[in-house]
Amino acid sequence: MREQPTAVELLDIVAEFLRAEVLPALSGRTAFHTRVAANVLDMVRREVALGPGALVGEAERLRSLLGSDGDVADLNHELCERIAGGDVDLFDADLLDHLWKTTIDTVAIDQPKYATYRRATAGEPGDA
Amino acid sequence: MDDASDRLAAAETALATALQGVVGRLYGAGAQIKALQRLSGGAMQELWAFDVPTGDGVRELILRRSPGGVAKRQVPGTGMEMEARVLRLAVAAGVPAPRVEYAMTPSDGLGSAYIMERIPGETLAPRILRGPEYAQARTRLAFQLGAAAAKIHRIDVDAAGDLNRATPAESVASAYERYRALGMDRPVFEWAFRWFRDHIPSADFKPSVVHGDLRTGNIIVGPEGLRSVLDWEATHVGDPMEDLAWLCIPPWRFGELDKPAGGVGTREELFAGYEAESGQKVDPERVRFWEAFGSLRWGLATALMARDFQAGDRSVERAAIGRRTSENEIDLLAILAPEGRAHA
Repeated sequence: MREQPTAVELLDIVAEFLRAEVLPALSGRTAFHTRVAANVLDMVRREVALGPGALVGEAERLRSLLGSDGDVADLNHELCERIAGGDVDLFDADLLDHLWKTTIDTVAIDQPKYATYRRATAGEPGDA
Repeated sequence: MDDASDRLAAAETALATALQGVVGRLYGAGAQIKALQRLSGGAMQELWAFDVPTGDGVRELILRRSPGGVAKRQVPGTGMEMEARVLRLAVAAGVPAPRVEYAMTPSDGLGSAYIMERIPGETLAPRILRGPEYAQARTRLAFQLGAAAAKIHRIDVDAAGDLNRATPAESVASAYERYRALGMDRPVFEWAFRWFRDHIPSADFKPSVVHGDLRTGNIIVGPEGLRSVLDWEATHVGDPMEDLAWLCIPPWRFGELDKPAGGVGTREELFAGYEAESGQKVDPERVRFWEAFGSLRWGLATALMARDFQAGDRSVERAAIGRRTSENEIDLLAILAPEGRAHA
């Protein structure tokens, strides 16, 4: 379904409404929580926009890393078991590449203003 | 007024009455509480500010209390009684910290609580890190924090009484148990835990009283520098390097990434302050272990909030903090495997 406005546009306008119109009318604890609520909507908007692509990349890397099939939850479970069991070299280049890429994609959704993320992605496309 | 605010007002009146009784016994029958107000700081504990005018000036005081006077979890080696005991030892050891005026007993009717002096100054990290009025303070804060940590570690462990204790290996093992209990498959955490197990620091250290939550946000700063170390609720016995490391974990830099010591200074300044006060050389590798482990501990705490939220402890703030675990994962990778990013 591709109804208009899109989910991303709806989340965007609700967050804007909370910040521009609701927040100035509030104070104290309610104002603080409203600001947090607008941030949460931004996070959901980024997940709607970026999540599906990130998930595809994560699943592809996991399959190639583990040489097995399954959904991302199963594959992550298997990866955790292999790491904990000592079956993989901690500093294997493909493993580190996967952990870094997956973490970067997650922070891009959760908190792209986080300083460590900005430093790690400086100079890349989409660098804010 | 609705029921909730009625209940709140009744609880406040009861608190004020009980506190007035204590103040009368401490400062004389004529001493009166003025300007009693609940402070917003202290997510885990209640904080109340109040004044008591006496013959020789106004005493500015803080009441610190378990929520409703009842400790949420009865954990041995923690709680208000422990805090008051350790604070007294800290002040005696020269640590800049609030003087304890009185630790409550059950007959005071205020539950688990104590009264301490109120030290004026700034606690908000963004102002301390970037406010022009703290420019002078920032030039010496990291050194002063190192010196304060050294003084904390001089506290006599036996006098500190019943505190939690853990060897580095035990700290890693118990954190891993907490992680497994969450039932979340997080490859970066598994990766880090294996790294920690492979790099447990040697037992070659003097088990010391460790503050446990020494960081920007838990200190009071004036334009001249460090005034006070607060929030002694995580105090335990362990490797003294934990305190220097926790102060350096990236979340407490509040965006000032290149000032690892609490967002105000360098590790070198922090270590210099520690070494000058303690006469002990700091081992940066040991600090690095605890810094990475601190990132993991903070990540675990946020993951726990996600689970608490899902289990019914519903608030927007809790839900949002639950989504911050990935920040700690990127910190873990940046600390322990920066070279992996070159390929990513």
